[in-house]
Amino acid sequence: MSARRLADDQPSSFEMTPETRARLDRIISKYPEGRQASAVISALWLAQKQNDYWLPRAAIEKVADTLGMPYIRVLEVATFYTMFNLEPVGKYFIQMCGTTPCMLSGSDGIKALLERRIGAQRKVTDDGMFSWLEVECLGACCNAPMVQINDDYYEDLTVENFTTLLDNLAAGRPVETGSQTGRVASEPTGGLTALTSLYGADGKSGPQSLKK
Amino acid sequence: MTKLIVDGIEVDVPAEFTLLQACEQAGKEIPRFCYHERLSIAGNCRMCLVEVKGGPPKPTASCAMSVRDLRPGPNGEPPVVLTNSPMVKKAREGVMEFILINHPLDCPICDQGGECDLQDQAMAYGVDSSRFAENKHAVTDKYIGPLVKTSMNRCIHCTRCVRFTAEIAGTSDMGAIGRGEDMEITTYLQTAMTSELSGNIADICPVGALLPKPQNFRARPWELNKTPGVDVMDAVGSNIRIDTRGREVMRILPRVNDAVNEEWISDKTRQVVDGLKRQRLDRPYVRENGKLRPASWTEAFAAIAARAKTVAPEKIGALAGDLVSVEEMFALKQLVEALGSRNMDCRQDGAKLHPQFGRASWLFNTTIAGIEQADALLIVGSNPRREAPVLNARIRKRWRAGNFAIGLIGEKADLTYDYAYFGAGPESIAEFVSKTPKDIARPMILVGQGALTRPDGAVVLAALAKAAHDIGAIKDGWNGFNVLHTAAARVGGLDIGFTPGEGGHCATAMSNGGVDLLFNLGADEIDVAPGAYVVYIGTHGDRGAHRADVILPGAAYPEMSGLYVNTEGRVQRSDRAAFPPGDAREGWAIFRALSDALGRKLPFDSLGELRAALVAAHPHFGHVDEIAPADAGSIKDLAALGGAFDKAPFGHVVSDFYLTNPIARASAVMAECSAVAAGGYKQAAE
Repeated sequence: MSARRLADDQPSSFEMTPETRARLDRIISKYPEGRQASAVISALWLAQKQNDYWLPRAAIEKVADTLGMPYIRVLEVATFYTMFNLEPVGKYFIQMCGTTPCMLSGSDGIKALLERRIGAQRKVTDDGMFSWLEVECLGACCNAPMVQINDDYYEDLTVENFTTLLDNLAAGRPVETGSQTGRVASEPTGGLTALTSLYGADGKSGPQSLKK
Repeated sequence: MTKLIVDGIEVDVPAEFTLLQACEQAGKEIPRFCYHERLSIAGNCRMCLVEVKGGPPKPTASCAMSVRDLRPGPNGEPPVVLTNSPMVKKAREGVMEFILINHPLDCPICDQGGECDLQDQAMAYGVDSSRFAENKHAVTDKYIGPLVKTSMNRCIHCTRCVRFTAEIAGTSDMGAIGRGEDMEITTYLQTAMTSELSGNIADICPVGALLPKPQNFRARPWELNKTPGVDVMDAVGSNIRIDTRGREVMRILPRVNDAVNEEWISDKTRQVVDGLKRQRLDRPYVRENGKLRPASWTEAFAAIAARAKTVAPEKIGALAGDLVSVEEMFALKQLVEALGSRNMDCRQDGAKLHPQFGRASWLFNTTIAGIEQADALLIVGSNPRREAPVLNARIRKRWRAGNFAIGLIGEKADLTYDYAYFGAGPESIAEFVSKTPKDIARPMILVGQGALTRPDGAVVLAALAKAAHDIGAIKDGWNGFNVLHTAAARVGGLDIGFTPGEGGHCATAMSNGGVDLLFNLGADEIDVAPGAYVVYIGTHGDRGAHRADVILPGAAYPEMSGLYVNTEGRVQRSDRAAFPPGDAREGWAIFRALSDALGRKLPFDSLGELRAALVAAHPHFGHVDEIAPADAGSIKDLAALGGAFDKAPFGHVVSDFYLTNPIARASAVMAECSAVAAGGYKQAAE
């Protein structure tokens, strides 16, 4: 990690859409009068989501004005949390987990693929489709290795299925979130080993197993 | 009260004390960086670790642990705190080693060297060498304003500056961006700090990360002579320490005085220093054929004496400016009276304060420390943030403590606290009184010069005195009627009656042709109409000197011993730290010599004799550092005056905080501050 700074190229203004504003107002109303500053992380998050997953200076100042906070207080929060992107990201922003369980399960291959296909971290591809970042544990260790693309987790990755996934995203084809091997949640990869009499014949549990 | 044992010494302290305070009570020194007694507790430097029995079984940060959190022993023994056990020693050495990992070894080129907390504590509590062989981190230096230079490699992230700007100054300029090892202290995108108290962060910085920029690489602390003084930039009378090297004033620092300035001073007080060296009048001048030419003292006195012979006594007058000492005004008053005149005035701005209304009518009667006992405050015609930033910090301190309603009548401004706005002009006073509950225990009214320098100032003053009575601000044991002055000399001048006597002319009349011979003692904020023969006694080539026919060079406040009375009526003595430049002399000595030349020799030959005469005439000047309480009864008489006022809104008296007096106007640093403020504190072009 290195010192995080605001991006060099900044849009001149930022306005919250009515939907964002309505969601923010609902969040602010959860806090007592005079404690609106408590909503700062949610507000930044909404602003980031609205602004293609990154926070320009104007958005930071807008949030500060909305919550009645000094600008520096909001900047502190925005620079503290690495999930606030201070520079533009690709349409598909890939956060790759490289922490121990993922690394043991082959995240090095995923990382090499990203480097080959997209380039250096934080750099957006020329077509604006992809950028990626290695992050710390995202808490899906049972399904390692995994990445988060925008809001969704993509798990049980291999170099092959991840290549397919990226191809599909680039081509605009629909993709399946979650496990890329068809596994349900974090159940055993080879099918259920217990309680098999209670669930579907395919050895999977829950509604998915009854779907077909 | 709770008993505990610190290193075998039993102390009995209030339960809300922290362990650090309890240890200090026991006479034990606890090293610290982030802890500052006037700021909130951060607990992030870990230097104040102590060992406790009856608390957690590990070294405990004594600044953040409360005495009431400790448990007594199994048989009710008091908790035990150890400040010099092997565990504590080891913990301190460890913390110090961690802090020094990323602290550069540049003490020889660091201005903080010699007065550095880290240097001192590394000597006292550290180990002799480092085990850290890797690279130290590097942080880019930040622009945070014209007064504070940064050297961010030295920062140990104590966050004192962040807490100071957020809590005391109220501007929240500083912050810590990033996290962990990459945490950096900065202002928002490196804009200049917006506070008038910003210079104080260089004082509270325990290392050399924040240093006063104008004093960059100029002096070492051990080569400076330190003289206690009193500030004259505003009427608060902040206690200062004037540091000199040889004849030169190098810097001004605050002295702790909890009754006045706590330990803060305004940026103008601190950095006006270079103004003491520029534009100075260092020899007498006499105007001949429309041009000022350098002259000797004898020539100058002869010119004045020749003119004085031709002028009738009632056409002689005297003006006193904002920065002069009581002794100077007293000597001038004696001289003018000896010449047979009653024309004198210390109110060059035309403020309608007068001795006839009683001393309580011009004092900040509640006292500055008294603000903390008040329950509500109405500010009328004043912007305390600009007129008295240190006093404003005290109001903010009270406001932060809660349950303190503040109202404002006058110009709206960012005062660093919230207030209810009642209106712009005097007609809002009645509305305020009708809306204010009568059961407030200790309400205050703060009257600024913006309300008093108007033509109807006396009527406004009376109306406010009445309002103070109506809301119960004046009662036994509480006087909530306060006048906030902007001139350091004003209260002293009013105290000695440097105001027009029976039939005498006031400042406006004198400056508009009321007199033919005018002694102008450092009054630079008033225009004197052509015609009068003006003798200017002052320090700087400012407006007064330009208009003068004879200039007599005087001493500025660090160059003389003088008495000043602050807005509360507190008499304070400033000592001489340096000498006036060239042929300049102290004001009282000038008047003594001039009186001889005019054939009206004043009855004192030394400052001591002058002070004795002053104390004989006005006994309260004998009690330095004390406030002689004023009789609140006179405010009642004042309230009965009544009268009709103009509906015009209250104006402001300080439009540019950094350029209010001749010394500040001569200062390049103040000019830069003024330009930065005028430019909206934008990022500096670097």
